[in-house]
Amino acid sequence: MADLAQRAGGARSAARPAGTTAPPARQRSRWSGPRARTRLLELGFVVPAVVYMLAFFGYPVVQNALMGFQEYTTRTFITGEAPWVGLENYRAVISSSVFTQATFNTVLFTVGSIAGQFVLGLAIAVFFRRRFPLGGLLRSLLLLPWLIPLIAASAVWRWILDKDTGVLNQVLGGLGLDSNPGWLTSPSLALVTVVVVNIWIGIPFNTTLLYSGLQDIPEELYEAAALDGATRWRAFRHITWPLLRPVVTVVLVLGVVYTLKALDIILGLTQGGPANSTQTIATQSYNLSFQQFDFGQGAAMGNILIVVSLAFAILYLRVNRRALDE
Amino acid sequence: MARRGAAHRTVGAAALALTAPLALAACGGGSDSGSGGSGGEVTSITVQDTFVTDPGKTYFGDLLDSCGEENGVTIERNSIPGGDIIARTLQQASSQTLPDVLSIDNPDVGQLAAAGALAPLGQFDITGEGISAGVLDANSLDGELYGLQPTTQSLALFYNPDLLAAAGVQPPTTWEELKTAAAALTQGDQYGIAFSAPPTYEGTWQFLPFMWSNGGDETNIATPETAEALQLWVDLVQSGSASESVLNWGQEDVNDQFIAGNAAMMINGPWQFPVLAENPDVTYEVVEIPAPEAGGTVVSPLGGATWTVPETGDADRQAKAAAVVECVNSDENMVDNALTNSSVPTKAELGEQIVAEDPRMQAFVDVVPDLRSRTGKLGDEWPTAATAIYTAVQTALTGGASPQEALEQAQNG
Repeated sequence: MADLAQRAGGARSAARPAGTTAPPARQRSRWSGPRARTRLLELGFVVPAVVYMLAFFGYPVVQNALMGFQEYTTRTFITGEAPWVGLENYRAVISSSVFTQATFNTVLFTVGSIAGQFVLGLAIAVFFRRRFPLGGLLRSLLLLPWLIPLIAASAVWRWILDKDTGVLNQVLGGLGLDSNPGWLTSPSLALVTVVVVNIWIGIPFNTTLLYSGLQDIPEELYEAAALDGATRWRAFRHITWPLLRPVVTVVLVLGVVYTLKALDIILGLTQGGPANSTQTIATQSYNLSFQQFDFGQGAAMGNILIVVSLAFAILYLRVNRRALDE
Repeated sequence: MARRGAAHRTVGAAALALTAPLALAACGGGSDSGSGGSGGEVTSITVQDTFVTDPGKTYFGDLLDSCGEENGVTIERNSIPGGDIIARTLQQASSQTLPDVLSIDNPDVGQLAAAGALAPLGQFDITGEGISAGVLDANSLDGELYGLQPTTQSLALFYNPDLLAAAGVQPPTTWEELKTAAAALTQGDQYGIAFSAPPTYEGTWQFLPFMWSNGGDETNIATPETAEALQLWVDLVQSGSASESVLNWGQEDVNDQFIAGNAAMMINGPWQFPVLAENPDVTYEVVEIPAPEAGGTVVSPLGGATWTVPETGDADRQAKAAAVVECVNSDENMVDNALTNSSVPTKAELGEQIVAEDPRMQAFVDVVPDLRSRTGKLGDEWPTAATAIYTAVQTALTGGASPQEALEQAQNG
């Protein structure tokens, strides 16, 4: 515990040279009182968090893991009976013809969304570092996609993207491009369209976090670099990027986890269609549990997703630790 | 020290705030069982339904109140959107807080009855006498009746008479006529026909009248009959008579397209009447869905909400609940209900009264004797078949496979 706290303090002090001495001093004074009372106090702070985590994270995850090995149907809710079926649920979901496609779609959706969100988010964040009239207002307007409920946003997007009456195709038609693509109805286009809409949704999150990361980079570094002739791209490459790395890791890992489990945007736009071309592991898990009421198979599908997310979370912790050690 | 005192108070307040809902919940449970505990007199019962929008919201509120009054109980009503009601009911089943009366979409009866959440209505001497066979089928499992359904809704062909007249086309009665009419009505930005084929149960629901009328069956969908029906849809989309967007349209979207004049005909149901009425410029007429051949019978799926008595384990409350369900299904209320909510009474003999008041209902009244229940054959296996059907429809419409292949693939999972 203390070790971790020390490290965290160390990391903070490394980022902000000005406040280096304060935290350790406070820590020493806290340890000076009667030991028992301090421990009790510490426990008092930790216990609510632990109870909360166990009740709202631990229990559902364990329950979900168990459900994956049970025949858990509507009947279970009434009789409480959920026979153990071993790996049967996993066998059923993995051997179903949708699984390969859903996995492939999940990978494409996640990689595509993250790449787009991150690159555009970073570009916008860097752009707004400069001060210009109305910059603050524009920056807050950027948050809009984040503030609109996803279901409302997807309804509007569906209207924009409609093959025949959608604004997008009408504009394209006006520009002389009369091919009228079925953005949401062509199996080869639908996934790309969903990714683009998801990028639009993810930009505010990426921009906001990266922008706050940029704010922490001292202006003097750029001034000094400019004196040495490093401006624009070279300044970005040698100052911005290395100093932004910790924030970048957070943004990417959180982004991957959020995107893997994205459900509402796909349900709102295509419901996994046409012909499963936008079906992901998350939407398939939802379908199995809440449309077909096969909660066991739905849980099995969900567990696969949890394991993948967990892998990224561990990766994040490792990268973070290494960054702190450096 | 003073600071710590403040912290203590905050913690205390937080603890209180956390436990308050629990205490309240406990009280709620207490009063519930108090008013209905076996032996004590039942003074109120709880009702859960899906009528969250008008006209149903107000109509059923008033109807339930008057039925409650008739049986000496007050009604505590809780309306939940249709998409959420099964999940909510399952939660209630596991926490033993099921409502006394539950109204759900009829294909859900099989699921809940098979799970043991519903009481067979026979134990309250309710037989559903006079209600048409298909409706009783939909509300039964293994020969036991679990739901009493006052009215039903189904699908029909809506058309814009002005557009048909302008194109010199008669309302189609066979599949061939449907194809030629739809082609003739497709001009400029206007499609001949719109229907709904999304990857949801809504898509399955719209496909069923074509599949069933041609002799297809949900127990085995990989048959030439079902493939022919699917071929009709594929032809309509691939010839350009229907938009590719049908893959992504719900029935509301289809209605919007019809209102906007983007489709001259549509497959839809009478629940769209109130929306159509908000657009007085739109003229429409309603006929039966075309049959495969001239003179063929059209078999449409049976829609509509049904009323059930969940297994709450309290015989007195269940008896009251059953009485209220019977009252909701009385002949007089059936007719009122049908007229208010643009639906058809499930007792065939009451159909004429409806047509006399509302001629648009003729097409829906005509199909009632042949209406088919979605869960009659498969019971709680229906969701699997329904999923396979919409999956095959999507695959065939996007050109991923021929109808026959698409149906085989979908059936084999």
